[in-house]
Amino acid sequence: MTDLSKTPEATPAKGGAFLSVRDLKVHFTTSDGIVKATDGLSFDLERGKTLGIVGESGSGKSVSSSAIMGLHRGTNAMLSGEILLDGVDLLKVSNEDMRKRRGRDVAMIFQDPLSAMHPYYTVGNQIMEAYQVHNDVTKREARKRAIEMLDRVGIPQPDRRVDDYPHQFSGGMRQRAMIAMGLINNPSLLIADEPTTALDVTVQAQILDLLQDLQRDFDAAIIIITHDLGVVAEMADDVLVMYAGRAVEYGPGKEILTNPEMPYTWGLLSSVPDLTASTEAKLIPIRGNPPSLLNPPPGCPFEPRCDHTAKVGGDLCRTTLPDLTPANSGGSHVKRCHIKNADEVYEAEILPEIAPDLVED
Amino acid sequence: MVAYIIRRVIVGLLMLVAMSFIVFALFMKNPVDPAQFSCGKNCPPERIEETRHALGYDQPLVVQWGNFLKGVAVGREYPADEKMREANPELVSECAAPCLGFSQQLQMTVNEEIAEAAPISISIAMVAVVIWVIFGVLFGVLAAVFKGTLIDRGVVGGTLFLYAFPTFFVGALLINFVAIKWGIFPAPGYVPIAEGGVGQWLLQLMLPGFTLAVVYMAGYVRMTRAFVLESMSEDYIRTAKSKGVKGGKVLFKHALRAALTPLVTMFGLDFAAVLGGAIITESVFNYYGLGKLAVTANNNYDLPTIVGLVLLLGGLVIVANIIVDILYAIIDPRVRVA
Repeated sequence: MTDLSKTPEATPAKGGAFLSVRDLKVHFTTSDGIVKATDGLSFDLERGKTLGIVGESGSGKSVSSSAIMGLHRGTNAMLSGEILLDGVDLLKVSNEDMRKRRGRDVAMIFQDPLSAMHPYYTVGNQIMEAYQVHNDVTKREARKRAIEMLDRVGIPQPDRRVDDYPHQFSGGMRQRAMIAMGLINNPSLLIADEPTTALDVTVQAQILDLLQDLQRDFDAAIIIITHDLGVVAEMADDVLVMYAGRAVEYGPGKEILTNPEMPYTWGLLSSVPDLTASTEAKLIPIRGNPPSLLNPPPGCPFEPRCDHTAKVGGDLCRTTLPDLTPANSGGSHVKRCHIKNADEVYEAEILPEIAPDLVED
Repeated sequence: MVAYIIRRVIVGLLMLVAMSFIVFALFMKNPVDPAQFSCGKNCPPERIEETRHALGYDQPLVVQWGNFLKGVAVGREYPADEKMREANPELVSECAAPCLGFSQQLQMTVNEEIAEAAPISISIAMVAVVIWVIFGVLFGVLAAVFKGTLIDRGVVGGTLFLYAFPTFFVGALLINFVAIKWGIFPAPGYVPIAEGGVGQWLLQLMLPGFTLAVVYMAGYVRMTRAFVLESMSEDYIRTAKSKGVKGGKVLFKHALRAALTPLVTMFGLDFAAVLGGAIITESVFNYYGLGKLAVTANNNYDLPTIVGLVLLLGGLVIVANIIVDILYAIIDPRVRVA
């Protein structure tokens, strides 16, 4: 197991970062053994900035964000490491303290707004509840505030729609209402768990716009969890690529998307269709499936699916887990890969396949 | 909504009409001759014929059924035969609509029988329902909250243990120990509210109510536990938690509310069934309720009573179903018709 505290830190802001996650581990005990859903995750995030966490299903994205929300409390999950929010370790505070922080300091919006809202209560009731939990206000005041928030997130006729039930809203409106619910207490950190996955493409852009807009107003830090690199390109200042519960590449968003140095990131980029690309551009899926987190391979967890192990030579990929090391492109970009000249491999082999236009430039 | 309820009521009435015909037909096709049965073993043939005529069993099935329906609609007079009524005016009994028939054995109208027995059954059923719903749901929630712990196993195992005993055994045990040996509750015997007041009435009902509740409680504990656990794993529970809502409120406002829908369905049907089906409990405690009335009527080939009870109990189930559907709309806004 790698001790991440010894590896170089990713972003320049150290110690003083608004949200600082250090060596976060979330392990679940099952009858078959220990599932290491998140295994040594570290990142920093400042207010007003957005971190995009990317990865396949089961790579530990949602588990990690639930850990920040303290949603693993009362389950059989074992957590270790540090989650420092404004200097307070969220893993150490009492359950009651964490409950009070939930929704007030850290808020979360979810993938499917239909199932994330209670079908038996009105949208207004649910938004008001979020406000009343943390503010000692009358029902009338809470309602007024809920209508304000609905108006702010762009729901037409909010004073009437506030009494509608979730099933009377469209998908996009439901997600807007979820965002209103999440932001009603001005949280300093908003975690958006695949906020656009369940939505229409046209609505996706609106929701992302809204999030960016609100981020400016509320100066919140946003963690956006997605497997859509388009969302990342649009939203994220920093990008964290996760694989098998670990960070495999981490750095400024632009850097990761233009100079990726980890074959898994290459794979993700190759699987994204590009509207403007020439028809020669290939859509290449990553072969195989993510490894079981119950019995992860001893070496690099991506080794069984990696096409580039030959470039490392020997058994290194199969036997040794690579550390997070600074990427060749420099800066705060780090990667977890044994390939020495990954930047050259990317330009020579990967880029021509996925974006032939760019190579000719 | 109103149109929907009217539709449901009409369908329900048609079902009752069909049920009455089926009961008539089955009864007439059964090998025992009701006239012979009511006349006795050493009955001369012409006496049997007379009885058959007096009871109206000599008429074709459809005519008998038609007379019955007419009685329900506008009321009847008994005996059915006009000449007999004129000959013995002292025997004539009036049966106002909705007349369910006249029992020759008991020498009273079915309506009167039901009016005597129903309050007893309703009383037992109400006490039982209150006990089993309150404790069933409470224990079910408890088991769900402490899932996998000793409390969970204790609650589920304990109610199953009680459930495993036959009702007559539980009832006999309670009478023997709680009522007779320890004297905690009075010896069972129905006391109407009019005679002993609400306190006495309730006290007398505790033992049969509890006996009946034990049977149903196990099911409610398990169902509540399963439904609460199911809704606790829903996304909207995670949303509620991530808003910072307190644990108790998450459980009762969010999880239990969603678990209520299937529980209400079960409850409606069980309550209707228990009103007329508490046969064993009524027998053990010797309460002359609808269940016991039905058993007696069956043993005596007392067709009018059987038909009357079948329709009453069938009607209760139909009404309970309609009420459940209306409750659905109240509980679940998605069911409400815009």
